[in-house]
Amino acid sequence: MRRFGGVAVLAGVDLSVEAGELVVLLGANGAGKTTLLRVLATLLRPSEGTLELFGVDAGLRTAETLRRVGYVGHESACYPDLTGAENLTFYAGLYDVPNAAARVAELLSWAGLDGAARRPVRVYSRGMQQRLALARAMLHAPDLLILDEPFSGLDPAAQTALDDRLLALRTAGHAIVLSTHDVARAAPLATRTVVLHGGRIVWNGAGAADPVVLARTYDDVTRGRA
Amino acid sequence: MRAALAILRKDLRIEWRTKESLSSLIVLGVLLLVALTVAYDPTPETAATLAPPVLWATFVFTGLLGIQRGFLVERENDCLAGLLGAPIDPASIFAGKLAANLVLLAAMQAIVVPLVGLFLHVDLGASLGGLVVVLLLGNLGFAALATLFAAIAVRTRAREVLLPVLLLPLLVPLLIGAVKATEHVLASGLAAAGDALGVLAAFDVIFTVAGWLLFTYVVRD
Repeated sequence: MRRFGGVAVLAGVDLSVEAGELVVLLGANGAGKTTLLRVLATLLRPSEGTLELFGVDAGLRTAETLRRVGYVGHESACYPDLTGAENLTFYAGLYDVPNAAARVAELLSWAGLDGAARRPVRVYSRGMQQRLALARAMLHAPDLLILDEPFSGLDPAAQTALDDRLLALRTAGHAIVLSTHDVARAAPLATRTVVLHGGRIVWNGAGAADPVVLARTYDDVTRGRA
Repeated sequence: MRAALAILRKDLRIEWRTKESLSSLIVLGVLLLVALTVAYDPTPETAATLAPPVLWATFVFTGLLGIQRGFLVERENDCLAGLLGAPIDPASIFAGKLAANLVLLAAMQAIVVPLVGLFLHVDLGASLGGLVVVLLLGNLGFAALATLFAAIAVRTRAREVLLPVLLLPLLVPLLIGAVKATEHVLASGLAAAGDALGVLAAFDVIFTVAGWLLFTYVVRD
């Protein structure tokens, strides 16, 4: 349960995510997806109920737990007056990433930002900032990756690169929870699909879903037909 | 401590690159000095007594601006979420921001203090050692309290108003101590400022420890 000013934005959400799962969170605007993801990332505390990450009470926010979580929100969390490389190097220091320089270079390359690495983030396009944010979240190879609309702002090539990366991470045993409105893109990635409506889970479909069935289900629950 | 140093380096790098805070502080400091000097029109007899309150009034108002800007950096692009999600003690964010604010205040004062001497015709050079001690103690207490409250204010819409409203009443003991200590140092040297320095040191300890302990609760939801 999570309330804002007495209004319940999340209510009775019961969700567990296992290693190697890629859970796609769908829902209309205001369904509570971002709130749920921020709660998972320990940036918001649940007003009621508990959150456990890796078997530990997430409210304790131990360094060991936080080190295993990566989060991308609606904003990049990158400093506009630092370059892309400086931002990643700064976060690599906070996460104590081994061989930080090589890891930063690898992720800048994956994000297609090699050429822009020495430019301040302020001059990056929306898509470049999103790619940098994704690189930042993956820097420390988190066991749980939480992504709030990760495809937004990305061009088709970057979306495909992200698909490939997420599938590789999922196969390697990382748990991923992402929200999106792009049902067709999300369906092939998902091991499970969760539809959130009015702050409640109204659909929790195990296994990879058929995009057509998923789109129809999503449409039905968000329009109140299911 | 490593995280605090990383945050300090990051803040100084941003400031070095943009020079936004320091240039604003210096311009505001000089304008305040000019306004106060013109308003009081000091005579050679009154200048020495006027210098301490003018100094500290200038530091407080310019410092408020600088420290507020220091937290706006974390607000842009939701960078604070990036820090809070990292496996670091939130108290180290406080320590890093506090250290960056102290550097900023010292840099501003390096410009403004000589100008106070110039505008008010007060020989500050003769008391420079003692004055530096008072400034260091005053800066620490001010920056500790302002850093803590800036973290609260930056999350609100009325942040520009809220920070001075929250902060200024709590700064009164520090201001009285700092002005008294400066007066004593300028008139008779550091040894004469013992009591006032004690007030500053107590303020520093209380609010640095309070900031360290409370910052976690202030920045978290």
